[in-house]
Amino acid sequence: MQIESLTIASVKAGLLARHFSATELAAEALRFAEAGNPKTNAYLLLNPERALANARRVDERIARGEDPGALAGVPLAVKDVIVTKGVRTTCGSHLLEHYIPPYDATAITRIEAAGGVILGKTNCDEFAMGSSNENSAFGPVRNPVALDRVPGGSSGGSAAAVAQRTAVVALGSDTGGSIRQPASFCGVVGVTPTYGRVSRYGLTAFASSLDHIGPFARTVRDAATVLGIIAGRDPCDATSAEAPVPDYTALLDGNVKGLKLGLPREYLKDLTSETGDLILRGVDALKRLGCEVREISLPATDYAIACYYIIATAEASSNLARYDGVRYTFRSANSVTLADMYRRTRGDGFGAECKRRIMLGTYVLSAGYYDAYYLKAQKVRALIARDFSNAFQEVDAIVAPVSPFPAFKLGEKVDDPVAMYLSDIYTITGSLAGIPCMSVPCGATRDGLPVGMQILTRHFDETTMFRLADAFEHTQSN
Amino acid sequence: MKITEKEVRYVAALANLELSDPEVARLQADLDGILEHMDRLNEIDTTGVEPMAQVLFDSGGGGMLRDDIPVPPLGNEAALANAPDSGAGYFKVPQVIER
Repeated sequence: MQIESLTIASVKAGLLARHFSATELAAEALRFAEAGNPKTNAYLLLNPERALANARRVDERIARGEDPGALAGVPLAVKDVIVTKGVRTTCGSHLLEHYIPPYDATAITRIEAAGGVILGKTNCDEFAMGSSNENSAFGPVRNPVALDRVPGGSSGGSAAAVAQRTAVVALGSDTGGSIRQPASFCGVVGVTPTYGRVSRYGLTAFASSLDHIGPFARTVRDAATVLGIIAGRDPCDATSAEAPVPDYTALLDGNVKGLKLGLPREYLKDLTSETGDLILRGVDALKRLGCEVREISLPATDYAIACYYIIATAEASSNLARYDGVRYTFRSANSVTLADMYRRTRGDGFGAECKRRIMLGTYVLSAGYYDAYYLKAQKVRALIARDFSNAFQEVDAIVAPVSPFPAFKLGEKVDDPVAMYLSDIYTITGSLAGIPCMSVPCGATRDGLPVGMQILTRHFDETTMFRLADAFEHTQSN
Repeated sequence: MKITEKEVRYVAALANLELSDPEVARLQADLDGILEHMDRLNEIDTTGVEPMAQVLFDSGGGGMLRDDIPVPPLGNEAALANAPDSGAGYFKVPQVIER
């Protein structure tokens, strides 16, 4: 069994052919993950007990001749903002260092019901706030492709686990690019589905009008399989959509001839030249597959960063208000009054980036500023969403970069929050519109740093996105 | 200057966030730079645009809320298990009212 080259399909084939048992695979995957972790710090916790229990259930199903499930025996990793019953979930924060959730997220329940084997919880920026994974209270993650560089953020640990090949697939969360950007930096596939496609029950809230759960994988097909399992209406999340979930993998036929693709001119002007070249080379490959490519315009793009960092921080300041020392494990000692206890717990517990966002969010919501910032941003958000719906009158999908540049060095941008925020420009627009978007590897720079191409489609049209990404992926492997 | 030190301290009080003096200085500088970038929103005309408060999509006719049927709750013990301090089935906090 070659852990490094497994896919969902090859795991299942190996299990059914009795080349290995799920228990053997889980034990080997846990050893491999543990051995590799000092290098990258991708995992905050490995949980052999739960992983082996999951694996035993798969082996029992196979022994009884039952279908072991679509994710049978697949070793996978979960970002530590998604709660797991009885398994510590820290959100990358000192505040939750000892937090043991009393329930499972719906995505976790569905993954395990499908036979998935959760190896452990992955590192991330504190409360998913960051673009480099340097905001984790438990140390940064290193990019497995280049260890002196960031893996991207905030789901850096999940991207690194898949890139390091200690997990076949992983779950992350995306609010403004936190799946796509690390996928791009680490050279793996990362998917942000339509807003509402996947239940957020059990996803620690950052910005509720923008938060998504989505998969990382080494192949488009595997990412599509995982999304098919976790997608769909959940009574526990009133924002989860009723829209039926297609069998994504059955629709991956490699034929994308005649699809109309848009290339937004606003997304091509600030790229480093190598990133730009790789994206344009990717576009040429799509043309050779028979896609029609035309230039489009998304004129509100220039306002997206300001819009996003108002809305996201406003919602964050409200969502993070619950960490006040009453319910969630951490409380600062020696407070005489309740008000002191709140202030000290939050002052001692939150890291610098969370404080910055709580402050910004509180400011834009405060009396006298609400209309100028928050309400204005919500109107601009409507214009950004309108840009996309206008574009989708003309084209079936939009092709774009994920990040203006490849993975940067650890520490390089840590002292300049505005520069860090600006690097999110190409991912936050899709987040604001709530449309499906993904990163698919499209080559590497001369230094060997991966670059991802972004594909965006209409609400609930993940199918076109996957079909395009899958066909494109096959042009890259030659 | 978009934001003064006094305003930073006022907002921190609204957010129940204790900040050290160096943190206040750092946040003042950071927020100032960020708010300056935010100013570009004034350039875009939003006359007559409805604010987008939530991503809207067709809920499939079923409505978004589940039926109002009681289900077993988490339970007192599980809900208190992560509390830094609890007793007699309640969350315990420092004194609220001075006697």
